[in-house]
Amino acid sequence: MVSLTRRATFSASHYYWNEAWSAEKNEQVFGRCANRNGHGHNYTLEVTVSGEPDAQTGFVIDLKWLKDTIERKVLSAWDHRHLNLEAPEFAQAIPTTENIAIAAWKRLEPAIQSVRGAHLASVRVYETPEIFAEYQGER
Amino acid sequence: MKACFGRRYMLSASHRLHCDSLTAEENRAAYGKCNNPHGHGHNYIVEVLVGGEVDQATGMVINLADLDKAVQTRVLDRFDHTCLNLDPLFASQVPTTENLCRAIFGLLKNSLRSGSLRYIRLEETENNFFECRDAPALNAVETQAEKFPGQKG
Repeated sequence: MVSLTRRATFSASHYYWNEAWSAEKNEQVFGRCANRNGHGHNYTLEVTVSGEPDAQTGFVIDLKWLKDTIERKVLSAWDHRHLNLEAPEFAQAIPTTENIAIAAWKRLEPAIQSVRGAHLASVRVYETPEIFAEYQGER
Repeated sequence: MKACFGRRYMLSASHRLHCDSLTAEENRAAYGKCNNPHGHGHNYIVEVLVGGEVDQATGMVINLADLDKAVQTRVLDRFDHTCLNLDPLFASQVPTTENLCRAIFGLLKNSLRSGSLRYIRLEETENNFFECRDAPALNAVETQAEKFPGQKG
């Protein structure tokens, strides 16, 4: 089994707000992230795919295909967008780094599952170089 | 849904790799430049990974502010801008980055929700890093560094 990771970047804005809570509680829990005018980040996405290298190509997965799939499934929906207002998965869920990692997994996993011998192993999302979240599916 | 949340912190500290039970020659052979009697220092990067259920109300595995507080009080306040060899934790073990990595895991283990600390990854330089996925919990009070002149902790 070999894993390979492709990185991609996107820039987006967001804010943290739970509609069920008072403004005071939102500000207490989420701090500056609760500013409803939003703020933005340069996100880095790391998509890790595992499998056995194909006997003919030597690839676990075609990196160009993976790059295009990340572009089509994730970046086209999120890059230079406001996640709360423009990404359907965050109409209800708060676009925390954790939820962004889970949502990216859900966008990518069906396509990667269709590639013979490969499976999505991990999605890591860096909000800043110091802050990241990782999702490896429900295992 | 289970996910992991990670955060990177920096601490600057000095150390000298030296084992009292080895001869001077053996120490030099084992530790090379790191055995320099006057010590040397690093900017360590401490990467903390916490795992668990994503809270439905907050969308978070752990609140960043709570993690920052735990790391600040238990790790950074103790080790940042100190000489690691003078910390009681390293009275009887060499402050290699492996041992520091285990110590940081042990100091944080019980201050986060049970079982939620997934790993400590400690980068000594851009080219060296160490990872610890389990270690015995350390009680910060019992092992607290004494106040040395000019040393926090």
